[in-house]
Formats: sequence, structure tokens, C-alpha cells
Amino acid sequence: MTVTLAESLGYSILGIAIVFIMLALLMGVIYAMGKAMVQSKKQQPAKAAAPEAPAAPAPAPAVDPKAGKVPARSSLGDVDLYTVDDRTAAILMAIVADKMGAPLNELRFISITEIQ
Amino acid sequence: MGALSETLVNLWQSSGFSMLFDDWRNLIMIVLACVLLYLGIVKKFEPLLLVGIAFGMLLTNLPGGELYHPELWDAIMDGTKTYGAVLAEGGLLDILYIGVKTSVYPCLIFLGVGAMTDFGPLLANPKSLLLGAAAQLGIYCAFILAVVLGFNGNEAASIGIIGGADGPTAIFLTTILAPHLLGAVAIAAYSYMALIPLIQPPIMRALTTEKERQIKMDQMRTVTKKERIIFPIVVVIFTVLLLPSVAPLLGMLMLGNLLRECGVTERLSDTAQNALMNIVTIMLSISVGATTVGNRFLTASTLKIVALGLFAFCFSTVGGLLLGKLMCKLSGGKINPLIGSAGVSAVPMAARVSQVEGQRANPTNYLLMHAMGPNVAGVIGSAVAAGFLLAIFG
Repeated sequence: MTVTLAESLGYSILGIAIVFIMLALLMGVIYAMGKAMVQSKKQQPAKAAAPEAPAAPAPAPAVDPKAGKVPARSSLGDVDLYTVDDRTAAILMAIVADKMGAPLNELRFISITEIQ
Repeated sequence: MGALSETLVNLWQSSGFSMLFDDWRNLIMIVLACVLLYLGIVKKFEPLLLVGIAFGMLLTNLPGGELYHPELWDAIMDGTKTYGAVLAEGGLLDILYIGVKTSVYPCLIFLGVGAMTDFGPLLANPKSLLLGAAAQLGIYCAFILAVVLGFNGNEAASIGIIGGADGPTAIFLTTILAPHLLGAVAIAAYSYMALIPLIQPPIMRALTTEKERQIKMDQMRTVTKKERIIFPIVVVIFTVLLLPSVAPLLGMLMLGNLLRECGVTERLSDTAQNALMNIVTIMLSISVGATTVGNRFLTASTLKIVALGLFAFCFSTVGGLLLGKLMCKLSGGKINPLIGSAGVSAVPMAARVSQVEGQRANPTNYLLMHAMGPNVAGVIGSAVAAGFLLAIFG
């Protein structure tokens, strides 16, 4: 297909305009999607907060490092602590969240074990 | 004695050595293949693709091998022969080339690219899409210049797409619009992609001030898993409905990404990223290299394509940077314009160049994740640009 200079200019302007329009529309869609997600996220904690507040956890017993792999009685969610006290576990989880750039509530820790 | 000498003469005449000097262009192509092998292996210029392309180039230009028959493909294009003839009369590379000709390989490569791509930075900062669009400027500038230099519309479109800095997209479009230029376009595209760390920095420094390059960008928001899963589905519905010709490329790209993000197809995602990607890369590279037959490749057009490809890359970088500067101004200096140059696909090389240049101006500057947004947006942008050119000239 032979194209004149004027036609090539026309096609180019149309082409770049279409790329911009497509990606700008996509941008709008992503913004809308993001907003919807944030909205639904806000509603979730509100629903979760409605039932009565959970009781405060019992204080953790002192950890004996020589005791070996004994799961701690208190844990954060599903996390099992082996020869690691709550305070150290909290610090470790905060460091991991910070390094990953992700909020703590989006990370799931299975277990924390001190390697001796 | 006479029979022995006759046998020796026959042996000589049937060897490639006797045919080596029949066409001097084959010799040049063999040397060029060795140079590309050197660049790929020693200098590590896009080795995964360049080594295969160079080896295909070597094989196709060694006389007597009969691995690839361009005249057979001419006949198929003319309609005088069908694909069945390739199986009956073709060599090994002819058979592998069917995957290029039918656009299967570029699309499968896009499946792997999708499975390897994290669209998180783009979702966290959707404005990146505009930078990805602006960095397609080189495609259209090169298209106009190619028309000025005497190429027809199909050829000019195939040359222009080099500016998208996306190998599979360039191969996909060129195979359909101007298959006779495939070798030159693919080699130019992959060579310049490898040379991005050399091509972009001077342009980036020329178009931005020291102060702009020092800008630190705010940390991006966290993208939820749900957003990551919905994104490929929304993109494919939206873009294919708007511009159906992008369906093969974007469809595969987004399928690959969905396999990665949905969390229930880890095995498929792993295969798309590794085994499938590697197999298709071998087949694609060697069959693209096979198209560079000396008497067709060594023409003035090839030199023009190489020059136009560089021009396209430069202007794509300029387009991204200029919009980056505009966004920097409009945002009150919150956006570092260096991330604009990453809009020229070439994932993740172009984003790394933005990071390096940003850190050169300010050692505490970390632009990589911010540049990944425009970088992956560029992949979508170049696919859309290819879809448009296909709709016009296909």
C-alpha cells in the first residue's frame, strides 16, 4: 500500500491519538477499580468492628531458650512462635513488613523459629 | 584413477566450499553472523535472542544446507503454494518458520512476558500509562521518515514499530505486513534494545535538568491481590473491544499475567515463564535469523532500516521524557521525568536505565519501581500501536 507524506502524517497523528486515548481510558478504568477496592476495604473493617471487641490476650510466659521447639501459647493470628518471645516476634514482623513495603495486616506469618 | 578423480570432483562440487564463492553476500552474512555471535556471547547483548538469531543467520547462509527456502515462502505468499508445501519441500528452518509466519511464536512469547510481568507499579500509579503512550512517539516519527525514504505503507509501519522497543510485537507486525523485512527489523529491534543503556542516557541528560533528575518520588500505594487478578481481565475486555486487532498480543499477555496472579495456576505460570518461553525463544530466534539470506538482506533497505530503527528508539525516548517533564511541572515537581524514558517497553532494561540515571543525580534516589509502571505500560502501548497499524495496513 503506497502512502503519501500527507497520508503518513495523518496516520501518525491518528495513531498516537488512539494510543493515548486507549491508555488514558485504561487509566480511568484502573483508577475506578482502585477506588472501588479502597472503598470495599474501608467497609470490611467497619463490619468487622461491629461485633464486641475481643478480650485482651493473656501475658506471654517467659521463654526458656533451652526448651527447644515449644510453640508459644500466645501468637499473632496463626503465627506459631518457637523459642521466640512476643516482643521479638513483633519486631521481626515489623522489620519484614517495612523491608517489603507492605502493611503488616497483608502479610501472613506461619511461624517464627530462632535458629541456634 | 579417473573414477576416483571424478568422485573427488563430484564431492567438491557438492560441498558448500565450492558454492561459498558463488555469491559474495553469503560470505558477508557469515562474517556478520559471527560478529552478532560475538556481541551476544562476549558482550552479552540480548544473548537469549541474539545468539539464536545469529546462528540462524549462519545456518541459512552456509551454501548447500538447504535449511531455509525463501522462494518457497514467496510462492506461499503469492498463493501458488500452500503450507503443505513447506512440510513436503521445506527444510528444518522452513518448518520452524511456520510458527513465525502464523504469528504463533510472538504471541506465545507474550504469554511468557505476561507471566513474568508485575503490573503492580502500573496499578499503583495509573498515570504511568500516559508515559507508556508518549513513548510510542518514535514509532510514528520513524513511520513518516520511512515513507519519505521511499518505503511503502506496510514497510514503513513495520520499520516504525521498532520504536516500540518490543521484539515480539515488531516480529508479529512485520511478519504480517512486510515479511521480506523481518530479518532486518528483528535484528535492528533486538540490537537497539540491547543498546538501550547507551542510547538513552545522553538523551535523558540533554532533556532534563540536574534538579529534575534529583527528584525523589513518593512511595507507591499497596496494590491488593484482587486488583492484580481483575486487571488482566478488565484490560483484555476493554482493549480488545476497542481495537480488536490487538487481541492476539494483548490477549496472550494478559492470559500470562492472569496465570501469574490468580494464585491457582502456579504450574502453568511457571511453564509459561520458563519452559515454554525458552522453547519458543529458541524456535523464534533461529527462524528469524534464517530469513536473513544474503541476497535479500544485504540491500540499501537494510541500512535504511537500521538507521530508522535508531531514530525510532531515540524519538520514543524523547516522547516519554517530554511527557515526564510536563507531568513533573503539573504535579508540582512530584514526578521525576526520568521515568518517562522507561515507557519504551524493553522491560526491564529501560527502567534500570531510569534508576541508574536517577541515582547518578542523587545517590539516595530509587526510581526503579516508579519506572516499572511506564515500562510495562509501554508493552501495552506498543501492542496498541501495532494493533492500529495492523488495522490500517493489514
